[in-house]
Amino acid sequence: MADQPSRNRLEDKLDAAWVWDRVAKYAIFLGGISAIVFVLAIFLFIAREGLGFALFDLDVGYFFSSPNWRPTAEPEPQFGALALIAGTASVTGLAMLVAVPFALGSAIYIGEFATGKTRETLKVLVELLAATPSVVWGFIGLTILNPLIIEVFDVPVGLTVLNAGVILGLMAAPIMATIAEDALKAVPDTYREAAEAMGATRWQVIRQVVLPSAKNGLVAAVLLGVGRGFGETMAVLMASGHSVNLPTSPFDSVRALTATIASELGETAQGSDHYRVLFTLGILLFLVTFVINLLADVLVRRGDKKQA
Amino acid sequence: MSEVDVRGFRAESLDHRNQRNQRLFQLMFGLMTVVLIVPVVIIISLLVVRGGPALSWEFFTAYPAANMTAGGIFPALVGTLWLVAVALAVSLPLGVAAAIYLSEYAPDNLLTRLINLAIINLAGVPSIVHALFGLGAFVLFFEFGTSILAASLTLAIMTLPVVIVSTRETLQAVPQSFRVACWSLGATRWQTIRKVVLPNSLSGILTGIILEVSRTVGETAPIMFTGAVFFLPFLPQGVMDQTMAMSLHLYNVATQVTGVPESLPYGVALSLIGMVILLNSVSIAFRIHLRRIKKW
Amino acid sequence: MVSGKSSIKLNIEGLKISYGDHVALKGASLEVRENEIFGIIGPAGAGKTSFLRAINRMDEMTPGMKVEGKLEFNGKDVSEWRNLYALRSRIGVVFPLPVGLPMSIYENVAFAAKLRGVKGRDDLDEVVERCLTRAALWDEVKDRLDSLGSLLSGGQQQRLTIARALSQEPELLLLDEFSIAVDPVTTMRIEEVLKTLRKEMTIVLVTNLVQQARRLADRTALFLAGEVVEVGKTKKLFSGEAQDQRTTDYIEGRFG
Repeated sequence: MADQPSRNRLEDKLDAAWVWDRVAKYAIFLGGISAIVFVLAIFLFIAREGLGFALFDLDVGYFFSSPNWRPTAEPEPQFGALALIAGTASVTGLAMLVAVPFALGSAIYIGEFATGKTRETLKVLVELLAATPSVVWGFIGLTILNPLIIEVFDVPVGLTVLNAGVILGLMAAPIMATIAEDALKAVPDTYREAAEAMGATRWQVIRQVVLPSAKNGLVAAVLLGVGRGFGETMAVLMASGHSVNLPTSPFDSVRALTATIASELGETAQGSDHYRVLFTLGILLFLVTFVINLLADVLVRRGDKKQA
Repeated sequence: MSEVDVRGFRAESLDHRNQRNQRLFQLMFGLMTVVLIVPVVIIISLLVVRGGPALSWEFFTAYPAANMTAGGIFPALVGTLWLVAVALAVSLPLGVAAAIYLSEYAPDNLLTRLINLAIINLAGVPSIVHALFGLGAFVLFFEFGTSILAASLTLAIMTLPVVIVSTRETLQAVPQSFRVACWSLGATRWQTIRKVVLPNSLSGILTGIILEVSRTVGETAPIMFTGAVFFLPFLPQGVMDQTMAMSLHLYNVATQVTGVPESLPYGVALSLIGMVILLNSVSIAFRIHLRRIKKW
Repeated sequence: MVSGKSSIKLNIEGLKISYGDHVALKGASLEVRENEIFGIIGPAGAGKTSFLRAINRMDEMTPGMKVEGKLEFNGKDVSEWRNLYALRSRIGVVFPLPVGLPMSIYENVAFAAKLRGVKGRDDLDEVVERCLTRAALWDEVKDRLDSLGSLLSGGQQQRLTIARALSQEPELLLLDEFSIAVDPVTTMRIEEVLKTLRKEMTIVLVTNLVQQARRLADRTALFLAGEVVEVGKTKKLFSGEAQDQRTTDYIEGRFG
């Protein structure tokens, strides 16, 4: 049927479609590596302002060992970050004490026990919980939890490690729960069915089959929660009392690394030591969260490999 | 005979204990879930009770007055819209491109691993570090000054992972057989993406965008030093102007201003969380709707 | 042009296909002539599907798939095509499980034509009706061309994919076990369609049904564990004149 006129065979030519395909490929590749570019840029730009100071002008030993944070003292400002680190650590630690059991517990309930409508509803609620902006959480710490703590524990100040820890715990829990539930979901159903076929109860299946196989993912969930708490800014700024202090009890006010940057950056002159030391704190925050995320990633990857 | 009995007895007892354990643990985990959710219900009710009276048509359409102790939130509301719109204009094309790369092009190699790691990190870097970056890069280095542009770029980079991750998931849900069928018809990779993969993912991508908007609306730290300000008596006219924003406004009326009537900050908080919940509900409803109309 | 040479559609020598360490095809050599139906039979894992994939260079889209050796289409090695989309648009493919693209029946069939730049509604209407008619589907769907292609029954979807492949006006049609998910009546109808297509195009028919090859193929090849055991006239192979005992055994159902 060579005479059929509608047969317009495509020749081996680099036509418009081919060219557009190439163009799209390169444009999309640029989008693809944008995340890498941005992470590098973030590090470069905060290093640009803060690394020189950290390396040459800052007494690093003093920075990590002294609780004296007096960045505006005359004539000699003091840059001891120990109290800030302790503030961040105490708030994050308390938050994890609150959040980890509840996050894992609700992940197990939602992922393994709940079914149908209940499950969907709970998932939606947890999602909404995770979506609440941190400034709203801070506001809640300030206006609702603060008077509550003063009344219940009969203490003079309610903006404390306890307050910020509880708020941060409530913030981090839904995120951990979501990631943990994903980890549970990644355990193949065949494992569960095999164990159930042998007459195990649901709880036995969870304890002896599901939890051990999802272990890595669960640890990763906790790690990401820690990272989240560590880097949280607004809520901690508003709920922790904001006084530079080595805490000795949950009823002490503290100041976190993130909150320090947020509250002081607006008042520093660009290029001053105070300005640069805040960027140094930023480098510290960046590196710690980087390591936490890297660890979580490695763990999840290992978990995936085991299941495959 | 007796041995059989003993075994039967034991099995029954064990079974009994297992059943009890089962119920106990189910109850325990259920309670934990409730404990996690109840405070939020209480908090939202409190916000509604205390902030509700402040809400009125005027509250949303008037400027703050009397040193922020009275009046409304109009410029903050408009400013947040500006920030969201500009941030979205940047992060949407970038995020969708990144998701397309990861779902349609990326081979299983080191670069892809690095990209995934970078996405996780971008999402995990503290918001205040994003703020430092925005200040160092956009405000100072690129000399945008404190402006909507600088603040929105900072927000865009911060929320980029939300778009990437949700879009990638949607794209990967399109069955591979569609792509293969399309390729064998002579379609290029790009034609396949444009005519088959993307049209069937649009609603999923939209769900991700709504989520990103809700994140952007609530972010405070990244805009504090890059473009959002305490008070402006007029609306921004372009991307190089400064602006007020809902989230920062809440922080300010809650902590920086004295003599504020109690209902005012509650009203701002209620409006803010109302926006976020509304956006999330739309996104969730959309997702459920999508599952129903699935074409395959 | 020498007529003998032009009548060879596919010329394959020492074709090796591998996925990482796994070798799917170990050096196949055969030729497919113009306007014949070339049947390929053999048990699962023989390398039949990999062979089809190599012809339209699907290895480009399949991570880990590697093709070596000579694979000439119209006298030119497919690896020399710079615009492999143009190559693919000249080759129609029908898969074992029908894939209705998630668009209307009309759009499914008009898709390839649109890719080639056919724009006018009348032209597209003509393509859609002609191809659906040829695939013996027109009467069943002409009143609902706007409904989703993926909602048709399995047998209808398979005829839809054939209509779609025909809309490419291919000179080579590759069919990969098309009847696996199709009822016997539809299978027979499609077989009738294929017989009429032989006049216009070359067809490579991979089939799991030995009798289907017997009914349709001019020549048939037996693939076995990555090797081409025998290529010969279908009549000859099925009348007990096969060169290789394994061919006779397979045809008579002693293994596979």
